[in-house]
Amino acid sequence: MKPVSLLFVIGLGAAVVAAGCGKKTPQTIAPVANADSAAAAERARADSAAAAQAEADRRAREEAERVARQREADSLAALGRNTEAVRSTLASMIHFDYDKSNIRSDDAGTLDQKVAILQANPELRIRIGGHCDERGSDEYNLALGNRRAQAAKQYLVSHGIDGSRIETQSWGEERPLVDGHDETAWSQNRRDEFEIIGGGDNLHQP
Amino acid sequence: MAGRRSGGLALGIAVVLLTAGPRVHLSAQDTSRIDRGVRIGIIYRPGVRPGFVLLPRQVGGLDSARSIIARDLDYSDRFEVITLPGGDSIRLASTTPPPVRGQATARPTAGGGAQAATLNYPLYQALGADFALDLTLAGDTAVATLHDIAAGGVRRAIRARLPAAGQPDFRQAVHRVADQILQAALGTPGIGATRVLFVKDGKVYQIDQDGAEQKLVSASDRQAMSPAWASDGRRFAYMEFQAGRGQLFVQEMASGKRTPVATTGKALDFTPAFSPDAQTLAFSRATEEGTDLYTINLKDNCCLRRLTVGRFSDNLSPTFSPDGQRIAFVSTRPGLPQIYVMAPDGTDQQLFAPFDYGVTGSSNAPEWSPDGQSVAFHRDVAGTLQVFVLDVRTRTVRQLTSVGRNEDPTWAPDSRHLAFVSDRSGYRQLWIIDLDTGRIRPLLQQSGARLPAWSPRLPEATSSTP
Repeated sequence: MKPVSLLFVIGLGAAVVAAGCGKKTPQTIAPVANADSAAAAERARADSAAAAQAEADRRAREEAERVARQREADSLAALGRNTEAVRSTLASMIHFDYDKSNIRSDDAGTLDQKVAILQANPELRIRIGGHCDERGSDEYNLALGNRRAQAAKQYLVSHGIDGSRIETQSWGEERPLVDGHDETAWSQNRRDEFEIIGGGDNLHQP
Repeated sequence: MAGRRSGGLALGIAVVLLTAGPRVHLSAQDTSRIDRGVRIGIIYRPGVRPGFVLLPRQVGGLDSARSIIARDLDYSDRFEVITLPGGDSIRLASTTPPPVRGQATARPTAGGGAQAATLNYPLYQALGADFALDLTLAGDTAVATLHDIAAGGVRRAIRARLPAAGQPDFRQAVHRVADQILQAALGTPGIGATRVLFVKDGKVYQIDQDGAEQKLVSASDRQAMSPAWASDGRRFAYMEFQAGRGQLFVQEMASGKRTPVATTGKALDFTPAFSPDAQTLAFSRATEEGTDLYTINLKDNCCLRRLTVGRFSDNLSPTFSPDGQRIAFVSTRPGLPQIYVMAPDGTDQQLFAPFDYGVTGSSNAPEWSPDGQSVAFHRDVAGTLQVFVLDVRTRTVRQLTSVGRNEDPTWAPDSRHLAFVSDRSGYRQLWIIDLDTGRIRPLLQQSGARLPAWSPRLPEATSSTP
């Protein structure tokens, strides 16, 4: 009897652990009252095992639900905050050198964050808008802005994001972010902007 | 006044020397007696340009036409326009008194019927004049009599019916007279009857080459860019830009009716350019593959054809040679945009405007001259843009501008004037430069004008108001 019960308790504990709850508290099982007959004992043992198994299942299920609820609660509680934070990260611009469309090394981290966000939010679709400063040629800047948008898209695609989730646009120099006719303004105007065009209602942190 | 006939010579000289008189339109820069003295001194030094005298007349109704013609002749930069001091006549031939009404203070103008006019040619020759123009009005017909001073006779009398001053057609009709005068004098037509399209506040405007009659020609909620004339002067193409897309249109000048160019508008289509026969429109299209050159058959508004496959470089801003056998364009294949040239089917692509790799800045906005000999463009020099001209035959470039930022040059039909955008006055506006003399004048003193396109010589029909 004893060794069997002990084994059973151990097994139950293992089952609980195996249920993935990670709960450390050992389960205490009330032993079933001894029966005189071996058959009764056998039956009782079977009943006990079944009951214990059911209990374990129930607890495991409850724990899984609790974890799920907790996750959901965490998510709901942080959803607004998270979505805003993710949107903000996603919207952070990258910048370019004069007359250039290559991704600057200091902007790679910014794009890596967007890769992670896009991976964590498979429904998310974005549009990249390439912009130029007023110094270059008006018409050439339409081509340059296109290159700048494409450069960011290619970076994201090369890091595993499906290209169909990313649209691109060129604005040339037609929509400056900062008015002004000096390098301070120009450097801010040579940029890619990132805009959510779908799947952005609830965003998860990577 | 009694000596109107017989004492003309003495009186005329007296007028030259003594009177301050009313200013002539031509002589705005000459406002002091000292300046006049300098001017007269210049007359005795023969210049490279023929001297031109526009004979003053105090004839009601013609002053406007007269000043338009005077300005056209001046702006042609082909003459040394000789200003007669005092703004009054030193004409010495005197036939019948001019039909002056209500001009009690009129000076003793020695005018008369053009047909009867003769001049004291030796005197005008002494003043440095090669040509003298007498402009008279007979009813609604203007008679412009061009005197050849050296030959001592009338070179040509041009008659033109003019609409009433203030009518929409009036100025263009006068400009055409000026162009005929220039043709008669030098054998080459003028650029009086031309206009410049430009973009301001996202809309396309036109303005006469003398800065008059600015008018809106295309407006919508979308932002317009890159107007380009068809060589017949009856149509122009332009691009409407919205949300990263560009659609091309062809618009008729006279009616204002516009037609979307087939296949454009789904991507970013820009920088349209007509082939010389106006059967083909070349343009740039930006896609995820980059920017490349395409053509559309305008006659059937169909049949997209791709001319370049840039892959890792962009190709844009096409401009046809006037014989239609070449297209100059911008390519970024050397890393920065530079001027290239190819056959109109996209073959035989090669560098056109030489540059020093790693030294020369970006070169953009090429436009082939109407005579085929030059391509104007702008190039980044020390962080700002300057206008350059490529000599097609020798493939050498020369820098035309150095003051301020100067960009987007466009050729006048005489292939010696360029309109361009410059901030030399403190803000961006349109200017005109004469390549032969280097003379620069403002075309439009308004901020924000850009992307000018100078028309060919305009046919009469297009001068009517849409």
